[in-house]
Amino acid sequence: MVDAPITRPRTRRDGQFDRLRDRETSMQGKAKRGGRFLGKFLSNRLALVGFVIFAIICLMSLFAPLLAQHDPMSPNLRAIAQPPSVEHWFGTDKTGRDIFARVLYGGRVSILVGLGSALLSALIGVIIGVYSGYVGGWLDWIAMRVSEIFMSFPQIILVLLLVAILGQSLLNLIVIFTLTGWGGIYRMARARMLSIREEEYVQALRSFGLGPARIAYKHMLPNALGPIMVNITLSTAAFILQEAGLSFLGLGVPLSIPTWGNILNAAQDLRVLEQNWWIWLPVGATISLFVLSVNFIGDGLRDATDPSQQG
Amino acid sequence: MAGDPILSLRNVEVHFPVRTGVLKRVTAHVRAVDGVDLDVYRGEVLGLVGESGCGKTTLGKAILQLVRATQGTVTYSGEDGETELTTQDEAGLFAFRKRLQIVFQDPHSSLNPAFTIFGSLEDPLRHYGVKTRAKRRKIVGDLLEAVNMRREAMDRYPHEFSGGQRQRIGIARALSIDPELIVCDEAVSALDVSIQAQVLQLLMDLKREKNLTYVFITHDLSVTEYLCDRIAVMYLGKVVELCDAEELYSNTLHPYTQALLSAIPVADLDRKSQRIVLQGDVPSPINPPSGCPFHPRCRFAQDVCRSDVPRLRAYRAGSGVHMAACHLIDQPLAD
Repeated sequence: MVDAPITRPRTRRDGQFDRLRDRETSMQGKAKRGGRFLGKFLSNRLALVGFVIFAIICLMSLFAPLLAQHDPMSPNLRAIAQPPSVEHWFGTDKTGRDIFARVLYGGRVSILVGLGSALLSALIGVIIGVYSGYVGGWLDWIAMRVSEIFMSFPQIILVLLLVAILGQSLLNLIVIFTLTGWGGIYRMARARMLSIREEEYVQALRSFGLGPARIAYKHMLPNALGPIMVNITLSTAAFILQEAGLSFLGLGVPLSIPTWGNILNAAQDLRVLEQNWWIWLPVGATISLFVLSVNFIGDGLRDATDPSQQG
Repeated sequence: MAGDPILSLRNVEVHFPVRTGVLKRVTAHVRAVDGVDLDVYRGEVLGLVGESGCGKTTLGKAILQLVRATQGTVTYSGEDGETELTTQDEAGLFAFRKRLQIVFQDPHSSLNPAFTIFGSLEDPLRHYGVKTRAKRRKIVGDLLEAVNMRREAMDRYPHEFSGGQRQRIGIARALSIDPELIVCDEAVSALDVSIQAQVLQLLMDLKREKNLTYVFITHDLSVTEYLCDRIAVMYLGKVVELCDAEELYSNTLHPYTQALLSAIPVADLDRKSQRIVLQGDVPSPINPPSGCPFHPRCRFAQDVCRSDVPRLRAYRAGSGVHMAACHLIDQPLAD
């Protein structure tokens, strides 16, 4: 581009425009694929806050042995149901276990179960849904029927079955949540693909003879990612709460192992709810904060992957 | 103009099954394209006109094998002889995908919103063996310049461009693997008139430069007049008239084409336009009328039109042949 000679006197605006243009031209050569995504994510304040909270909770759980002065498992009968103090930051529960330590250790299990099963079911759902939604035909028909079978199966029966066969364990829980959870994300991914399939750019790619897997996963999936991200964050929350429910019934993680759900279950006692607020409030707040932060991150990721939204 | 054909369509039919009921049984067929015979000659611009729903877009997709013909053959003739595309599988089509390309109607859905222009355009290139990123960047840049855009546009996203720019990018994409024939499916219909002229001019320039053949699908008869060498008029999945563009405008044979042409607005206050207004709607392609598909709306319809399907017959025209499918042309058309 050749600049037209400026006949009028230069103003402050001219200088501003020149600087803008210099910046733009200097940016052009650079590969900014990752940078753009990261920049957009970081400039989203809500997503950044979410990410910080998420990171703090994860790190604290991970380094629980360093942060907690008490053993989360050993009861202390001389300090039963004590309110928060310097010794016990979040107080103690009805068997005298330190709640702060239990929340930290419990986070390890709960985050693993919640996030793990959400990501795993999303992975399975997306892999199947994206391909079968694009290709259609008998593959789609079979995938649809299989997902219907899994979704119509009562979860509790499936849990009972697996626990009876394999015994109580964390892994079983993740397997069960994944098996019952992938159907929702599969259907969502498939539905998105059905509508994207009709877009003309997909036709154009087909006219070049590109393979169906390449078109489906590389070119179409990024456009279906928004609702999938939101779904992952929502199901993370749902799985954490489900884990609590199953653990309460004695079908999930053994009650002796601290999880957020196990700790919260103590509040099912009305006396605890009324008198010992420190037993359920900290862990409840932690769950809410964690779920909220995951939701913010999901929103931020969705916006960052959508190029038509300026960060 | 008439040289060797690059594409020959013989009795091409595209029927879509209509499934109804709980059992999803096929109860009827949508006859989107219903027996089309057509030759496309190397280096020409063939216009394909007709109103909405007459099957012109489906025919375009059937040429590219994006929709498979349920009957008939599409034959491609190149230096390496003739190949029937309709019987090839996807692997067999690979070599021909390179020679046939398409430009779409809607500039808003023809580019992937999640990718930069370079991201969208590089994958086909990689698919056809351009290995290094630097080479692909150079090719994409050259293509953008060929359609009068700046090279830097390749690092921008589709939403940053106007409709006309996107359409030019769509043309650049179609050109990226050096095709011989491009199907322009309503390529300018979504653009406003001043941009239309730009894009049409660009298409003509590119045709001259790269020796392309176009199949130009449109419902806009003033565009075809400007652009096309030959014009095929479609009605309800069939070609009803086919001849040189000038011949079509000066010596219209088929009553349907006459009605279409009379609807072109002319900027001339003195001219008393004699518009032929067609009654009713296009009949359903699921259940087309007996005999001539046009007879329920035709001013001249007679008994023979209701019973017999007219074949596309040749008539003498000034320079070449003039094809039309109408029982009544041998007789003088009463007015």
